[in-house]
Amino acid sequence: MIEGLAAMLIVLLARLATGVRAEWRGTGPERRRRIYFANHVSNGDFVLLWAVLPPAIRQTTRPVAAADYWLSSPVRRFIAERVFRAVLISRSPRPDEPHPVEMMADALAGGASLILFPEGTRNTGEARLLPFKSGIFRLVSKLPEVECVPVWIDNLNRVLPKGEVVPVPLLCTVTFGEPLTLGEGEEKEAFLARARAALMAAAPDGGDRDGEADGNGA
Amino acid sequence: MAPEYHVFAIAGGILAILVLASLVGAALKWWTGWERPHAVIDNLNDRIKAWWVMVALITLAFALGHWAVILLFAFASFTALREFMTLTPTRRGDHYALAASFFVILPVQYGLVWANEYGIYAVFIPVYAFLFLPILAALRGETRRYMDRVAQVQWGLMICVFCLSHVPALLNLTIPGYEGRNLLLIAFLVLVVQASDVLQYIFGKLLGRRLIAPALSPSKTWEGFLGGAGTATLLGAALWWATPFTPLEAGVMAALVTLMGFAGGLVMSAIKRDRGVKDWGQMIEGHGGMLDRIDSLVFAAPIFFHLTRFFFSTT
Repeated sequence: MIEGLAAMLIVLLARLATGVRAEWRGTGPERRRRIYFANHVSNGDFVLLWAVLPPAIRQTTRPVAAADYWLSSPVRRFIAERVFRAVLISRSPRPDEPHPVEMMADALAGGASLILFPEGTRNTGEARLLPFKSGIFRLVSKLPEVECVPVWIDNLNRVLPKGEVVPVPLLCTVTFGEPLTLGEGEEKEAFLARARAALMAAAPDGGDRDGEADGNGA
Repeated sequence: MAPEYHVFAIAGGILAILVLASLVGAALKWWTGWERPHAVIDNLNDRIKAWWVMVALITLAFALGHWAVILLFAFASFTALREFMTLTPTRRGDHYALAASFFVILPVQYGLVWANEYGIYAVFIPVYAFLFLPILAALRGETRRYMDRVAQVQWGLMICVFCLSHVPALLNLTIPGYEGRNLLLIAFLVLVVQASDVLQYIFGKLLGRRLIAPALSPSKTWEGFLGGAGTATLLGAALWWATPFTPLEAGVMAALVTLMGFAGGLVMSAIKRDRGVKDWGQMIEGHGGMLDRIDSLVFAAPIFFHLTRFFFSTT
């Protein structure tokens, strides 16, 4: 009950602040199990992606987020665990902890879709995308039938750059690109390169915009 | 016609036009087949539907009074500024300047219009904001493309906030013999400018051959412009009874705001081409964004305001 209200409130605030609009360019909203992988510039990224999903899909879609950040205060813990039912992973797992890839695979096996940020950390520099971590490859190696949907989140880094307090109400878009699956016998490097290219292609300008024009200054 | 009936005459006229437009839109859709998608006719029907909503909002604001009209245009400014800044390549160092534009300068400008402080709202953005914003951007210490960024943020404020605020500022004019009827002046301006847009669209679709500015817009034609501007000028002259003007003066005013509106559309098209987009946004079904709908009004409003103030107002 209170989780539902909190979710509605967060979605409403995200929509008001960013006027966010979904563009289903390479695929439509489908209820099946998927891995949505997106560019990462802000802690609000998954909120925005989650907010534009149709409610039925939202209910079965879980973001993958860093445990150290989201467990660091009671409010964050409530939002992450109860509202978004996030899969909270440790960035540097101890030997006695379950491995992040295992945790994600378990969530997928349980019927959920995932929201992943394969860059691993927030991109605060001039580059459009950081190199991908290998987690997404290891995950689809375990579950090759699951589709990976590239999702480009545009402009959120300009709404609230890292370290700023007041958001500027610029318009954001969330673009869903063409889904991809792991090819038979496909190597790690090849898959990661293909996934990265698919995500770039989902950007409104196809990833051509130079660092100059990017709002994400040094 | 007694002045107190003027509002109803205009509202009734607009209602009749909307009903007629909806019937024509439905007839065209029936003629081309209900089930078959048709780009032009579907877009036309989307536009007509959006007009119903926009007319309803403006009517509601008029009924609620001056404060609601000011609030409505403040909202339009906010939305327009949002679209403008979204397409402007600002950098991190502009964050304070952008936040100040949305949350300080815009509300203060409309607050000054509400408080009837002509001496300040006529210079608040061109003087105070234009000195204050570059200071904010400079304090952040980011020098890359500094001049471009500062100029673009300022121009966005000029277009989206300063110019548009001259529409509700018409409420502040004191015109002898026209007391208490200033809302009709707004109705006249908005009606002539928007009618000109619609008529240019209709003439352009029906007769348009020769493009005026092929590099800027594929839809602006000489036939559309002359037909639309001409009929909008006649409409303005025919509405003289709702204004403080004689029929001739009303016609001249209508011609001027129509020309400014057309020029505004061209200028805003040039910016869109520069930024590589077709529309400013997706807010209004069939029309694009807020700026797509009000670009002509933005350019016409300050000219109409100052001409009326200079020649007809005692304040």
